[in-house]
Amino acid sequence: MRVNFTVNGRPQEADDVWEGESLLYVLRERMGLPGSKNACEQGECGSCTVRLDGVPVCACLVAAGQVEGRDVVTVEGLADYAKHRADAHPGDGCASGTCGTTIQQAQRWQAKSVKGTDSQTGEGDQLSAIQEAFIDAGAVQCGFCTPGLLVTADEMLERNPSPSDADIREALSGNLCRCTGYEKILDAVRLAAARQGRQEEAV
Amino acid sequence: MAKRTPAGTPTDVTQGSRTKGGIGESTLRPDGTLKVTGEFAYSSDMWHEDMLWGHTLRSTVAHAEIRSIDTAEALATPGVHAILTYDDLPTEVKRYGLEFQDTPVLAHGKVRHHGEPVAIVAADHPETARRAAAKIRVDYADLPVVTDEASATAEGAPLVHENRDDHHAGHVPHPNIVHRQPIVRGDAAEAAKRADVIVSGEYVFGMQDQAFLGPESGLAVPGEDGGVDLYVATQWLHSDLRQIAPVLGLPEDKVRMTLSGVGGAFGGREDLSMQIHACLLALRTGKPVKIVYNRFESFFGHVHRHPAKLWYEHGATKDGKLTHLKCRIVLDGGAYASASPAVVGNASSLSVGPYVVEDVDIEALALYTNNPPCGAMRGFGAVQACFAYEAQMDKLAAKLGLDPVEFRRLNAMEQGTLLPTGQRVDSPAPVAELLRRVKARPLPPEQQWLTAGEAADVRALPGGLSNTTHGEGVVRGVGYAVGIKNVGFSEGFDDYSTARVRMEVVGGEPVATVHTAMAEVGQGGVTVHAQIARTELGVAQVTIQPADTRVGSAGSTSASRQTYVTGGAVKNTCEHVRERVLEIGRAKFGTYHPAWATAELLLESGKVVTDGGEVLADLADVLEGESVDLELEWRHRPTQAFDLRTGQGNGHVQYSFAAHRAVVEVDTELGLVKVIELAVAQDVGKALNPLSVLGQIQGGTTQGLGVAVMEEIIVDPKTAKVRNPSFTDYLIPTILDTPTIPVDVLELADENAPYGLRGIGEAPTLSSTPAVLAAIRDATGLELNRTPVRPEHLTGT
Repeated sequence: MRVNFTVNGRPQEADDVWEGESLLYVLRERMGLPGSKNACEQGECGSCTVRLDGVPVCACLVAAGQVEGRDVVTVEGLADYAKHRADAHPGDGCASGTCGTTIQQAQRWQAKSVKGTDSQTGEGDQLSAIQEAFIDAGAVQCGFCTPGLLVTADEMLERNPSPSDADIREALSGNLCRCTGYEKILDAVRLAAARQGRQEEAV
Repeated sequence: MAKRTPAGTPTDVTQGSRTKGGIGESTLRPDGTLKVTGEFAYSSDMWHEDMLWGHTLRSTVAHAEIRSIDTAEALATPGVHAILTYDDLPTEVKRYGLEFQDTPVLAHGKVRHHGEPVAIVAADHPETARRAAAKIRVDYADLPVVTDEASATAEGAPLVHENRDDHHAGHVPHPNIVHRQPIVRGDAAEAAKRADVIVSGEYVFGMQDQAFLGPESGLAVPGEDGGVDLYVATQWLHSDLRQIAPVLGLPEDKVRMTLSGVGGAFGGREDLSMQIHACLLALRTGKPVKIVYNRFESFFGHVHRHPAKLWYEHGATKDGKLTHLKCRIVLDGGAYASASPAVVGNASSLSVGPYVVEDVDIEALALYTNNPPCGAMRGFGAVQACFAYEAQMDKLAAKLGLDPVEFRRLNAMEQGTLLPTGQRVDSPAPVAELLRRVKARPLPPEQQWLTAGEAADVRALPGGLSNTTHGEGVVRGVGYAVGIKNVGFSEGFDDYSTARVRMEVVGGEPVATVHTAMAEVGQGGVTVHAQIARTELGVAQVTIQPADTRVGSAGSTSASRQTYVTGGAVKNTCEHVRERVLEIGRAKFGTYHPAWATAELLLESGKVVTDGGEVLADLADVLEGESVDLELEWRHRPTQAFDLRTGQGNGHVQYSFAAHRAVVEVDTELGLVKVIELAVAQDVGKALNPLSVLGQIQGGTTQGLGVAVMEEIIVDPKTAKVRNPSFTDYLIPTILDTPTIPVDVLELADENAPYGLRGIGEAPTLSSTPAVLAAIRDATGLELNRTPVRPEHLTGT
């Protein structure tokens, strides 16, 4: 079958999709977007978390046919997605209830290729606040859980810009990490929230 | 429900440094940006035009004769390119293995464990390969299974391997025992007479899975020269190569291996998984073949941590001094040897723990059974022993009426202590100090559900959002543990590494390139290598080359050894490169300044400087168009094998110590445990990258927590089949299960090691588990001699 949907702001068409294929398979093997990870393929680990019409989902549990006409954001598009959100709502956390990106808005932006000038510090890259914070706080070790955690954490901060630790733990409880013991991941989310808060104060 | 507490501010957060720093700085990972943008290429992300997908058919039974394999219908499936069984293997070499070559590439005549590879399929879509594999008809005739020591050594027990010819076959008491290591020192029976109290116990340690998140995967590309290029996630490229090439019938230089992105390892990638299978299919079809295990298959695709039964007897005098230790440790190695002999060596030589006990009678052995094969996992034999000896310490302290931490400190080993193997601990062993530090830390507030008012949060209680208690039936417990882990490969192994370093001037800037075969599995070795090169060569810009087999072996990323050994190799090569650079400088500029001949010279900030800080030349001027390029091997001091009868010998290189204090709250009615805090103190010798050090300690601690309260592969004792091969049924800690992990880092240099550093990755996994168990015992008063603890163990239901 053929599936038409939007990925990171770009209309995409996947041909010869077998009915049993997951969104994860189509992204990884047909779209050249392997950032979403295949750690369990049974919806237990969160490594393949993407946003489907804004809602975080495990891409491994979504049949490819279900995304027809819908909008998907993956880790590859996260930086631009966050930038677009900031442009659309400058300095406006979520206090006004207008946080999030509508599908119409989502379809008007396109992710740029993120090619860094310095892979160590991310300088020269347009990274989202949560991506920067994961690097700075040491929240990345093997990195296999990182894409899913970033998508999940970014969505939580969109809804809840100043989360308590318990809020962070609850929001990230569907994303397994085997390397870090989660402490540095908590640090990263705290850091992103605090930096985001400072930016808003500045505006 | 919960009142919001303010989010942490950046001052609460330890952050890495964006400077391109040398050792001792928390320089950020060189692969960080790639990993947060999704661009880092893991082994399962590899793609090649015209690529086929491989799939493995695995046995559905644990022990059976294979009467026939019929692949006709499967081969006729459209899209299938090849199906291979044992009969299709290309050479006389059809087995491989880390220590013994006992593992068939594909089953021959019989299968010895549930999930053993029987046939491999290549097809144009992974689902086609899976469905074709399901059409292969294998006729199994069941054989009786051996699953524990009693069944494995019973009279007339079926032999898991007949006609053993490995190097341990001659000394083991039964062919179903892989290796046995006694350690006898002093006279335990005589010393026992001096004891005022004697405690004994039988302890059971469950089978833990590494559960790395990136499943086994890789891509094999056939070469025009008849060789193959293999891109794979592994812990040791050259060990893989040594095992792969003979089975393919190729010389090692025709199997070119490159490390792909590795999604964690923890010991589970020491053994081969899909490597040979992908190469065989690629060579047969002439097309690139990718194999990616799913989670279900991953549980069968790698070895696990040895489950163990441990019998311990200790004595102590009434003033709290240990008199003797008698212990017997039986590890279940499963159907193939993997790393079992080395695990036995660790379990026996570290069975006494970080304590002074002069009279010991120790025996450790690993069995061959029809259970899943077990081998390397973080902590490697020392983990199981620590669980048992720490339970014993608490029992002894209780019997003597002493504080458990004070009792441990009375018996703590220190620098100069003799191990039961007769080896002297010749670097700092701050066991008592680590215990003191975790104990001195303030305890988290009690009964927050009563005292925190509106801030009380059900999510912090046992059962969490299931809302099963608001504090009723919840009791607090506190427990302590400390452990000792060896660093590096022991028992006389030639544990070397190789580093190639090139220094040149690019665009007017001196730059260094570091090339090793070290497997970066997430631990941050690539970060540290760049830091070492900056420190030794005075450059800012360091390029880390991808790890591959074009450079000499780096040894394994395991045994907490890579920063020590490959870090040591990088340091050593850099030092030689620096000497060459200085020779070039002397030849060019030596006549201009006497310090070239007389002073101690260093490379700093792109310049040659004297140890007094005087600048003699820019590196850019010294090197100009020249480059210095060296590849050198480096070794730590040698070790010895343990005597097979007495266990005596200087078997270990270095030790690593960590202590934990666990604070738990237990809902005694439902048997639910909430770990509130898991504090650690660890001596790291020298923290080359403090942020990475914390990450290792917290990650290792959490894996220890997992096997304390949730993680266990359940093997049916009647059929030897695995019952829970999924993340639905095999649980690892989530962020909700994991407590705050405050870390106290000591840096007491080991003068034998590069920069005084100590391997750190495994020690925190040892003491975490017994500390949590001790805390649960403290809360409930139950004996709890097995791990993991399940709700029914606490409620008695």
